Amino acid sequence: MPQTPHPALSVGRYSYDAVDKAFLKQRIAQFRDQVARRMSGELTEEEFKPLRLMNGLYLQLHAYMLRVAIPYGVVSSSQMRTLAHIAERYDRGYGHFTTRQNIQFNWIKLEDTPEILELLAETEMHAIQTSGNCIRNVTADQFAGAASDEVLDPRVYAEILRQWSTLHPEFTFLPRKFKIAISGSPRDRVAARFHDIGLKAHPGKDGRTVFEVYVGGGLGRTPVVGVKLCDDLPEEHLIAYLEAILRVYNAFGRRDNIYKARIKILVQALGAEKFLEHVNAEFAAMDKARYKLPESVVEDIRARFGAPVFLPPEDAAEKLAHQRKADQEFDAWVNTNTHQHKQPGYISVTVSCKPPGGIPGDVTAEQMNVLADLADQYSFGELRITHVQNVVLGHVRQDALYALWKTLQTYALATANAGFITDIIACPGLDYCSLANARSLPISQKISERFSSPELQREIGTLRLNISGCINACGHHHAGHIGILGVDKRGQEAFQITLGGASDQSEVSIGQILGSALSEDETVDAIARIIDTYLASRKAGEQFIETCRRLGNALFKDAVYASA
Amino acid sequence: MPLLKNGQIQDDTWVVVSEQDTLPSGDILVPLSQLDAGIGQKNGREGRLGVVLASGDEVESLRNFVSQLDAVEVVFPVFRDGRGFTQARALREHLRFAGDIRASGHILPDQYEFLLRCGVTDVVLPEGADVAAWERAHKAFTVAYQPSVQNERAEGFALRRRLF
Repeated sequence: MPQTPHPALSVGRYSYDAVDKAFLKQRIAQFRDQVARRMSGELTEEEFKPLRLMNGLYLQLHAYMLRVAIPYGVVSSSQMRTLAHIAERYDRGYGHFTTRQNIQFNWIKLEDTPEILELLAETEMHAIQTSGNCIRNVTADQFAGAASDEVLDPRVYAEILRQWSTLHPEFTFLPRKFKIAISGSPRDRVAARFHDIGLKAHPGKDGRTVFEVYVGGGLGRTPVVGVKLCDDLPEEHLIAYLEAILRVYNAFGRRDNIYKARIKILVQALGAEKFLEHVNAEFAAMDKARYKLPESVVEDIRARFGAPVFLPPEDAAEKLAHQRKADQEFDAWVNTNTHQHKQPGYISVTVSCKPPGGIPGDVTAEQMNVLADLADQYSFGELRITHVQNVVLGHVRQDALYALWKTLQTYALATANAGFITDIIACPGLDYCSLANARSLPISQKISERFSSPELQREIGTLRLNISGCINACGHHHAGHIGILGVDKRGQEAFQITLGGASDQSEVSIGQILGSALSEDETVDAIARIIDTYLASRKAGEQFIETCRRLGNALFKDAVYASA
Repeated sequence: MPLLKNGQIQDDTWVVVSEQDTLPSGDILVPLSQLDAGIGQKNGREGRLGVVLASGDEVESLRNFVSQLDAVEVVFPVFRDGRGFTQARALREHLRFAGDIRASGHILPDQYEFLLRCGVTDVVLPEGADVAAWERAHKAFTVAYQPSVQNERAEGFALRRRLF
């Protein structure tokens, strides 16, 4: 029987019961055993590596990195305090929010990890499947359950998929990693078509959810826009259909070349139609009863999500309007860093983790603690990490927004740049990562400083700028309106610029290379010239990406290379 | 090599036979290419018959023969290559194969429970393997988060299954 939500449950996320807690303990014991077997030599390094990766532990250039899962990006205030404590006690006082809504700690000692995992488990967190060739953390819309344009809250399905994919017996040694994103709004904020599987959920005729299913999208070396497999997958077949897709992938995906092992390559090699035939054949043959997702299961899991109780004062909107009129700076911040809420009197806030000259996604332990306190005070104790490496407070009363903003200002968390040129996505790059060709962070900081003027950013308007330190594209450069890719040019760090990528609009596209790679400073100058060209050539009301699409690359190319 | 079956170490009575015209007596595992010969000689030969599936072989190719097979062996060329899991599960679910499913090759104890849940019954262990590690792996978890061909009973709510 469906249960009614318990008021004490944590808002916006699934609360563990005794079984879930016991499972986490068992997972940590297993990891301890694996570490011990590696120490004794029973496991070779080759054998240990995938096992530690499946628990989020990477060996980077200078230290181990631990990536902690934040399912569908939602974290409670008490979880955030645990993360702050880990940053302080085991790292160098900060953590780094990632494009998969997770958090990474970059300076971890191997011997500390079981202890850290135990701390995490105390607040229902883990590092399971944040790496490795398995189904990764499922991402969701950062405004889920809040956005006025949303048709349904996708997080309950993200949780169902998280549980289903946890230590899946068949899909833990896939050809390559596997990423799923889910959205419940017609406005795609999760880049569904750049995922191995992208799901768009909406209510069906009988009131139960149906899903549009996209497959084979991705960035990396071979950027591909996913193809639609299915328009109206019923909720009860969600697990069965995803099983079918993964079975086909596990059986036929390439394993001879790591760079050709993602599902997108299989979908391309077979062709979308043939791939769909395989999936449909598998789906038709499978035991539907066994893999059925009954309505009762969906409702039982939903019942373990805490829900906010909205009690807006009648004059909340009026009060906010008045404060905006009285304070221009506040008004500018509200314009960029808030999102319309479905509940009158409430609003969602994007807390920028990108101050001028800062490192995208880096947050200090002090800031984490402040964010936790603010979440308790203003947003039902709930926070969300966004895939552009910011933090969202989902449910803020409009009449409390001004006070919240004032506090954010004190902690350098009130930069009014969400969606602007300095709201940069960047991977950790060569400062940390052993795969990188170039450092992503210094160039990101230089661009952030170059365009730090709030007036200039407002003038430029919406612009997504993404930076990857190598072809693996963790910074999603292909999906940026402006993309920057670090390359190795005869032993020197250099950067290639792409223009015209987009992931979060109705029109999804892959950025095209502008020309030959430039040095770090030349690249920053080139971006400035691109922006000047845009400002000089745009039509009234046109955004950067629209001007790009209308004019193509040629004009921008001339601007960058004619005088270079 | 030792064989792990139902948590116990046993002597492996099965012999893998490569390409040859006359098949020996005893329990033999033939490659897919020798399956016709194996079936053809079934009546005149003493011992049970099984087939070895290479990781690239399709399970569907056994559809017409499953009733005449006592065992199927799935091979892991390296532990990271997970095709054997899908093969084993498909044998149980699509072909309703009821005989032994053996797993051989490079396998880690950490994969034991996954194998069992995909329908594998027997694991061919390397000489000198530490059986205790496999026992620990089998008892590591009391719960799983998804259904499997083992049809374990539900654990509480959701899709969780009680492992033991």
